[in-house]
Amino acid sequence: MNLTKHLAGVMIASACLCVPALAQTKLTMWYHGAGNEVESRILNQIISDFNTSQSDWTVSIESFPEKSYNDSVAAAALAGNLPDILDVDGPIMPNWAWAGYLQPLPIDESEFADFLPGTKGVWDGKLYSVGLWDAAVALFARQSTLDELGLRTPTVDKPWSSEEFMAALDAAKASGKYEFALDLGMNDQAEWYSYAFSPFLQSFGGDIVDRSTYRTAEGALNGEAAQAFGKWWQSLFTGGYAPGTSEDPADQQTGFINGKFAFQWNGNWRAVETMKAVDDVVFLPAPDFGAGNKIGAGSWQFGVSAKSKYPEGAAEFIKFAAQDKYLAAFSDGIGLIPPTPSAAQMTKNYKDGGPLAMFFDLSKAQALVRPVTPGYVVQAKVFTKALADIANGADVADTLDAAVDEIDADIESNGGYGHQ
Amino acid sequence: MAFDPDNYGLRLFVRYLVLCLIALIFIFPLVFMINSSFKPDNQLLADTSSLRAFVPVGDISLNNYFGAFRRAPVGLFVLNSVLVTGATVLLSLLICSLAAFSFAFLRWKGRDVVFSIVIATLIIPFETIAIPLLLLVSKLPWIGLEGLQWGWLNTYRVQIIPWIADGLTIFLFVQYFKGLPGELIEAGRVEGASWWQVYYRIVMPLSGPVLATAAILKFLVMYNQYLWPLIVVQQETYRPVMVGLGYFFQLNVAWGEVMAYLTLITVPVLIFYLFLQRAFIASIASTGVKG
Repeated sequence: MNLTKHLAGVMIASACLCVPALAQTKLTMWYHGAGNEVESRILNQIISDFNTSQSDWTVSIESFPEKSYNDSVAAAALAGNLPDILDVDGPIMPNWAWAGYLQPLPIDESEFADFLPGTKGVWDGKLYSVGLWDAAVALFARQSTLDELGLRTPTVDKPWSSEEFMAALDAAKASGKYEFALDLGMNDQAEWYSYAFSPFLQSFGGDIVDRSTYRTAEGALNGEAAQAFGKWWQSLFTGGYAPGTSEDPADQQTGFINGKFAFQWNGNWRAVETMKAVDDVVFLPAPDFGAGNKIGAGSWQFGVSAKSKYPEGAAEFIKFAAQDKYLAAFSDGIGLIPPTPSAAQMTKNYKDGGPLAMFFDLSKAQALVRPVTPGYVVQAKVFTKALADIANGADVADTLDAAVDEIDADIESNGGYGHQ
Repeated sequence: MAFDPDNYGLRLFVRYLVLCLIALIFIFPLVFMINSSFKPDNQLLADTSSLRAFVPVGDISLNNYFGAFRRAPVGLFVLNSVLVTGATVLLSLLICSLAAFSFAFLRWKGRDVVFSIVIATLIIPFETIAIPLLLLVSKLPWIGLEGLQWGWLNTYRVQIIPWIADGLTIFLFVQYFKGLPGELIEAGRVEGASWWQVYYRIVMPLSGPVLATAAILKFLVMYNQYLWPLIVVQQETYRPVMVGLGYFFQLNVAWGEVMAYLTLITVPVLIFYLFLQRAFIASIASTGVKG
């Protein structure tokens, strides 16, 4: 009898303890960072904290290799197998929203008022995604190089002009100390070209597409400003300032550090490693080619899948993950820019006076997101090919005209991608 | 000293010299990969501009291997690939040889038309049917231990079943079967053997070379699978080695770990090939197929 009572008591107690767990609704989440130990550790901690912080939802994560993540999502969308929470690269977001992979976030945008603009994925007037970090590009240099070549140190408020930038390259080339004056990372013909090089075009006054309508690239990618950009771009290679498209892939990791280049156009994800290897490295803002100095913005962000039955749960998780302590943890872990000033102050690199604080200022002052249109996916590829062709000696005007034709044809065949 | 074309020893020396040079060209990538897998990234990248890339010198260690195992579940990926590849190869040898037996020895209405259709599938690239196949397998039923389920995504079977039968393997078997002495088959039938007995008592015991060839070709296709598992597998539990390679390409690529991972996943292929090498070459020579 005692045993029976004891067993019954245990069963009742177990049932009571299980109630909160059973009540939790499972949310699935896909992430692009498989193989990235630091990112995975931080994200798993956030998920663990979220799952124990409330009793309504439990998030489970599935990580994918970054290079094939977009293809996996597209295939899953076709098969009707998307998760609740999706990780999406900022410039791709409009395409996924337009294609019906994402639904608007059921969160008021004002909750992210202090986030850097590049970390908020807004399309068609609606907030679709929010990023836990941003990335920025800068001109890596050595202070000793600037001093030896007698160059002014540019600042965010007073960047180099086009003439000053070319004079710096000339001085580096004339010094005979470097194999090339500038490393642009030309071998990486994926997203890098549109992310890193389209800001040069925008600084000339052109763009990949006409942002006033998003219905054509005519005038933006082949107008006078774009032609001037194209000729300048080609001169970097014909003038021997930078290696062309067959550049050694190792250069972005070791070229500047080993002294092969005087300057390097690179992202802040390489900043920490470079600081370790180069004592007097300085991160300089983009030159101003006439229409203001620009850099790219927008990195990976979280959104809610259109198929999710629990958008409110997914939104709860995204809000939870966007706390300053997690933003700071990501920044300290992977070196990228925290989205809020308050989170920046909690980091070792981006707080006031921190070694990478410059990048936070760059993101605030210079950042311009890539064209916010579903057509960007195609436009980026066309832009990349055009820049590679011009670097390899193709006629500038013909190449840009052909790129415009290709972009316009794609917009036309997709009914304008929803732009009126 | 003038070159004497009748000097057998000299001719042999020149021939082997040329063959060794050609062999070196093919071996260089493997040597580079294995040597690089023991070097730290900085040294690996610096060595690429010299012959040091092909010799194990400098700061040599197993750190990249430890790093590879920390970054990705290498053992799981290899196990998945071996399981999927092994099952597909075995089932393919059985099903394709049976189909080929039917095409080669049985007389049935429409046989030539069906065989032509099978051969025609050789010119259809997989990429063109990947999406329709994805839509199909995502809705197929399956009865397992958990009862009736719909959809084959995120399973081993979705990586195996669509790849069992293929035109090339059937063609290889048909060509080989047609080269077997007809008298043997006739003798078997006269003695009262059923077609099934002819298949497994007479034909298959004589088909070692083509079995080895078909196994190696199917093994290479399956072990190198990338696109199909990429779109039908969304869970790490079922991922094969080639999709797993993506784990090593972050913003800062750990090249040493990439080389260590590639070395680890190449070893099973080399072992499999060396095991079946003689039969493979014999079969290639007899069927006239060139890679």
